[in-house]
Amino acid sequence: MDAITGAWQWLTTAANWAGEKGVWHRLGEHLYLSGLCLLISCLIALPVALWLGHLGKGGALAVNLSNVGRAVPTFAVLVLLTLSPLGTHGDWPTIIALVLFAVPPLLTNAYLGMREADRDVVEAARGMGMSGPQLLLRVEIPLAYPLIMTGLRSAAVQVVATATLAALAGGGGLGRIITAGFGNYDTAQVVAGAVLVAVLALTVEGALVLVDRGCDPMRGRRRGAKGPRTGGEGPTSRGAGRLDGAEEARTDGGAGGDGQTGGEEVAAVRKPA
Amino acid sequence: MDVASSATAAASVLTGARSMASGRGPSCLEANDWICGEYLRTRSQELVDATVQHVGITVVSVLIGLLVAFPLALLARRRRGAAGPVLGLTTVLYTVPSLAMFALLTPVFGVSPAVVVTGLVMYSLTILVRNILAGLEAVPAEVREAARGMGYGSARLLFEVELPLALPALVAGLRIATVSTVAMTTIGSVVGYGGLGNLIASGMEGFFKAEVLTASVLCVLLALVADLLLMGLQRLLTPWTRGRARAGGRLRRTAGAAKAVG
Repeated sequence: MDAITGAWQWLTTAANWAGEKGVWHRLGEHLYLSGLCLLISCLIALPVALWLGHLGKGGALAVNLSNVGRAVPTFAVLVLLTLSPLGTHGDWPTIIALVLFAVPPLLTNAYLGMREADRDVVEAARGMGMSGPQLLLRVEIPLAYPLIMTGLRSAAVQVVATATLAALAGGGGLGRIITAGFGNYDTAQVVAGAVLVAVLALTVEGALVLVDRGCDPMRGRRRGAKGPRTGGEGPTSRGAGRLDGAEEARTDGGAGGDGQTGGEEVAAVRKPA
Repeated sequence: MDVASSATAAASVLTGARSMASGRGPSCLEANDWICGEYLRTRSQELVDATVQHVGITVVSVLIGLLVAFPLALLARRRRGAAGPVLGLTTVLYTVPSLAMFALLTPVFGVSPAVVVTGLVMYSLTILVRNILAGLEAVPAEVREAARGMGYGSARLLFEVELPLALPALVAGLRIATVSTVAMTTIGSVVGYGGLGNLIASGMEGFFKAEVLTASVLCVLLALVADLLLMGLQRLLTPWTRGRARAGGRLRRTAGAAKAVG
């Protein structure tokens, strides 16, 4: 209880919010770094994933990238980059680490989304005479949209979490409040910083869920498919929310790259559900 | 003071002379190289201790996670109403960054390994609950009916029919949870219980490159070894999946077609 009242007092003290080490400044650093890195990661990962998905190549790369990324400790990468010659160049170690950890979820999910777009629909569109770019923009990307957004969401959460860890390696951001608290044995500050970080992460996740719903290119049609055409079973009837659970199992499924043992089991059974 | 400094100066001159004499240049510890055999030799005990702590924290966390996740998955399956809150809560826990999670748990447990283990258990829940649930739900209804018809009670049905069939999905989840837990244990170094993460942290403070690189590489190796061990375990436990792997593609496609018709 002490810690909670202490944290509340810390958070309600105006002095803790102002200045170079204040919450506003740290929040600004955190958001700036996260936003910048998410943008760079999207610019790198999405074109590659959409292109590979369109061609239907490089699946092993896209899936294994995620698995390798999971095995590499964020903390280790941050410290290694800080000790490398790059360490003297301000925020660069942090930016590179953030991008490295945001690319795999974006790439893997977008690629899987492209590959899981209903082949029959894609074939039909090709049969209707759509060109490659038309197919990509008007059929495959809209169908892959739910998974692309899932990738974006997990990348954003990852970036916010990694930016917090940057404080351990001497970077800025809200994590600094926590590490400073640990350094001064100030439990109130540690808890207050942790609450701020947790609230930020959950807010980012929540905001992206809303963006996801608002921008869904298939929004009207997905809902329509449930109504009159009762037989609508294809990917069009999978709402974004519904996919949430299934897709986690599917992206996680390919762990270790030997799909046929565990991973595809999940994917295969999850799809008709 | 003077004596001491002149003694160290003399010592460094001596080592310099010796390394020059042997024609090897300064040792890799003095040069602060990234890769250093001498570091491995002189600090092997430190490395072993850190690795043991790392493995211990990981194993305990994943085992507790499995013990907690299993009843949660059963609950979510039994009651449709419970599935939403259970999955939602574990997802919210997963979203909280690890540093914040450990910081929030510190006032509860004090500075102890329990902070790290509890945080890691919470993270593993998300993946484990989802995968166990997916595995159990994938058991074909006919199989369940057949077992019930043969007189299987619900407990025997669960442990002798459903669980073995759900095992591949469960182990897939277990592998992901274990690999991420190995990586995330390093962050436990904020409370001093981070296994190899402690070495990374101390290496960072002392600008000691070999220590950081060695601990990082060991950490990745640990994750790979754990993943391979679990994969082998699954092969041993589910021998029936091996022969089916080749026929699997065809089977699955037929199943999909049946579903589309039905």
